[in-house]
Amino acid sequence: MPPFAVWPPLTLAVLVVPVVGGLIGTVLPAFGYLPALGLTTLSLEGWRGLALVPGLAWSVLLSVWVALASTLISFCLALAFVAATTTAPRTAWLRRLVSPVLAAPHVGVAIGLAFLLAPSGLFVRLLSPWLTGFTQPPAWLVPGDPWGLSLLFGLVVKETPFLVLMLLAAQAGLDAERRVLVARSLGYGPLRAWHQTVLPAVYPSLRWPIMAVLAYGFSPVDMALVLGPSVPPILAVRVVELMGDPSLARWPIGAAAALLLLALAVLTMALWRLAERPVSAVALARARRGPGATSPLPWRGLALVLPTAVTLTALLGLAAMALWSIAGRWRFPDPWPDTLRLDGWQQLQGPLGHSLFVTAGLAAIVAGTALVLTILCLEAETYRRRPLPRRVLFWLFLPLVVPQAAFLFGVQVVLVGVRLDGTLGGVALVQLAFVLPYTFLALAGSWRGLDPRWRLTAASLGQGPWRVLWRVKLPLLAAPIATAFAIGFAVSVALYLPTLFAGGGRVRTLALEAVALAGADRRSAGVVVTLLALLPLLGFLFAAAVRLRVERR
Amino acid sequence: MRAFVAALFYLVASTSAFANPARAVSPDPADWAAVLDEARGQRVAFNAWGGAPAINAYIQWAAAELEARYGIRLEHVRLTNTTDAVARIVAERAAGRDTQGSVDLIWINGENFYALKTQDLLFGPFAFDLPHFRYVDTEGKPTTLVDFTVPTDGMESPWGMAQFVFFHDTAFVAEPPRSLAALGDWIEAHPGRFTYPAPPDFIGTTFLKQVLLDTVADEAVLQAPVDPATAPTVTAPLWAWLERVTPHLWRQGRSYPADGQALHQLLDDGELWLSMSFNPAEASQLIETGRLPDSVRSFTFDAGTLANTHFVAIPYNSANAAAAMVVADFLLSPEAQAKKQDPRIWGDPTVLDVAALPPADRARFDALPLGVATLAPHELGPARPEPHPSWTDWLQAEWQRRIQG
Repeated sequence: MPPFAVWPPLTLAVLVVPVVGGLIGTVLPAFGYLPALGLTTLSLEGWRGLALVPGLAWSVLLSVWVALASTLISFCLALAFVAATTTAPRTAWLRRLVSPVLAAPHVGVAIGLAFLLAPSGLFVRLLSPWLTGFTQPPAWLVPGDPWGLSLLFGLVVKETPFLVLMLLAAQAGLDAERRVLVARSLGYGPLRAWHQTVLPAVYPSLRWPIMAVLAYGFSPVDMALVLGPSVPPILAVRVVELMGDPSLARWPIGAAAALLLLALAVLTMALWRLAERPVSAVALARARRGPGATSPLPWRGLALVLPTAVTLTALLGLAAMALWSIAGRWRFPDPWPDTLRLDGWQQLQGPLGHSLFVTAGLAAIVAGTALVLTILCLEAETYRRRPLPRRVLFWLFLPLVVPQAAFLFGVQVVLVGVRLDGTLGGVALVQLAFVLPYTFLALAGSWRGLDPRWRLTAASLGQGPWRVLWRVKLPLLAAPIATAFAIGFAVSVALYLPTLFAGGGRVRTLALEAVALAGADRRSAGVVVTLLALLPLLGFLFAAAVRLRVERR
Repeated sequence: MRAFVAALFYLVASTSAFANPARAVSPDPADWAAVLDEARGQRVAFNAWGGAPAINAYIQWAAAELEARYGIRLEHVRLTNTTDAVARIVAERAAGRDTQGSVDLIWINGENFYALKTQDLLFGPFAFDLPHFRYVDTEGKPTTLVDFTVPTDGMESPWGMAQFVFFHDTAFVAEPPRSLAALGDWIEAHPGRFTYPAPPDFIGTTFLKQVLLDTVADEAVLQAPVDPATAPTVTAPLWAWLERVTPHLWRQGRSYPADGQALHQLLDDGELWLSMSFNPAEASQLIETGRLPDSVRSFTFDAGTLANTHFVAIPYNSANAAAAMVVADFLLSPEAQAKKQDPRIWGDPTVLDVAALPPADRARFDALPLGVATLAPHELGPARPEPHPSWTDWLQAEWQRRIQG
């Protein structure tokens, strides 16, 4: 047996068992089988109950609309942004703006946006009363509008940076600039040059990230509780509500709702895949017609400005919440607090401090474990004769492409069964499935790119596999390892639904605190959002420090 | 669905056979010295709504005192909704976890108490034997013994008093509406400046009950369990009133705040001009902590508003019942009650008969300020009784059906 061969199957289990176990734990109760409640006969009562849930049809429509539209818009914005920053001179630095938004947890960004967009929010304040004439907040429907537009906007703000970074990673090895240059010399405009020479080459590696974005769009419960419609809410929020019913009588209905959510997500993903062919056919036909006349419209400017504005909006929201954390009186239409007070931060001596500790501790443990598993898997791969089959990628992305609300329900059922619900260990196990894909994707490139002669030289000097790993590879790869840890840490900090379900609401991380405080006490929410935005940055600072040290050596 | 409910009931019935016959409880609160002994070193998982920083801070203070005085570790499990903990206890019973339950003490009243009590999921009776219970004003405050028409039977220990009050920002509202009819007119005249939290939030549900109380033809009907057959007729005026005001609510009634805390934030933002609370001193406390402007004042309806008592109870499967009882007793002590009533801390009115306290303890209460926005007891208006707890679920479901459907 080659060295490290036991680790890949074990890691696979960490990824697959929660998802598959969770799906089984959802399917069975949906059809009336839940032995813990004495239900052992199959029935359709859960589905009948689901049909009677008021406003269900609207919840379903909202879910599909929000998921599909947010994915499509984020995808277009990401394409535009990467195309523009690849082709326009001196714009690559703009890409750095997206990283802090990507690192900031969804709920933090949502709370910031809610304060910017509200009728009494910062945007209206900045324009009132001198421009708008408002001395009182106007009666608008945003945020929380019944059509989900605020939620849609929040998702676009969060998912565009993710797709931008995925695109940049995909085009890194392609010499995109040269491709664009060739196309431009043939008379194509800059954006079209990118779309026709780079996009077709990078799209295949974008498929999984797009599916992950779609899946997330079906289950953004934390964002929906802050920005989303409430009467009725999106389907994923309903799943969570049904799970919380005190009589437990509605668990089968909740399970049925979770399955419905899964079916909708799978159908939408299939739809996306089916649409790829006609869309690429149209693009190809257009390419065949040649460059054509240059458009008089400033498309490239727009492609730069729109995504940048979206990103800056998110950052402004986070900054406004940081200001709220120390604001005393700050009423409409004042653009600035009248007084400052620090007692919001004194809450760190109490429960919020405990939540901070739990959040950081969990994130460190989960990211550390994910990293160890990732390294051992990658090292096992270097001793394999053949490269890993492509379907491994499927298993890796599995926890990300199944909507969380669809299987976390079952995860909770399973955890209750083994008495791990509401424990830190249970939460850590479930979080691991969501963090592992990211640490793996972050580290795989550097690991596989390392010159094999380092290893072979060390081995020829009589060093065993573990010693080679410990003494040679880890020091050489310290910088990417630290970055992968920081990414895993950031992902763990942001996890809302997995923490809520596995922890049964008893393991209170900052993401949970943020949702609970979202509309309630903006000063406390400001403290939590600031912490949520800073914690991941600390991880990346650590990674930067490691890189500096390595480079100095 | 029916099979499922039947199975659930079968489960409940089969296990309650053990709990019912012998009412002698162990540990026995009558032997208080033994309880104190057993309590030392125990941990109490106190499941209590954790949505208000002031309340969280008070519980933290209690935890520090309990640790120092009795060697008890009080852990505040902060709930978003009390039903979460009720669901947990029910689930533990279903899973056969009849000892070592995860909830040791729960902040509770109304329908949640009713649910646990009727399913025999509570430890006790213990409340009447707590040393400090003798100071409870059971005559002046009868709701300390009858919770939403349901006798407590000593299965829960009173913690604080509540009366439904409204807040108005005097910067925008000089003369607030002091009846339901006036409120309806006010909402129509000030579109977008009033709303209530979406039920099942308890403030939102209480508002529904208040409207019901002020529109129902015969109040006595509400004291009996809800009859689904006649309830639509009984509540028709409530829905008619809501139908009339909904288009004029905040966000045209197409979106609702999550809870009472969100309502206060919107009052501070100026989006709302009225807010509501179950704690008559909350406005003062929010002004004190800088969360509301000092132009906010309280008012009630002339005909009175809903009033009740909130309690703490111990689940049947708590392994730390002794310590939980010590906590319940400490929360009843004049010292803890006076601190709780301080509007600079929490402002939650006491359940004790202050006049009957020893002079030193009475002085603790006399020294308390009323709070700038708190109504004096005689200004609060009549305290009106809560409907039977079964109305809560029915109203919540009906609201969902009518507003979301």
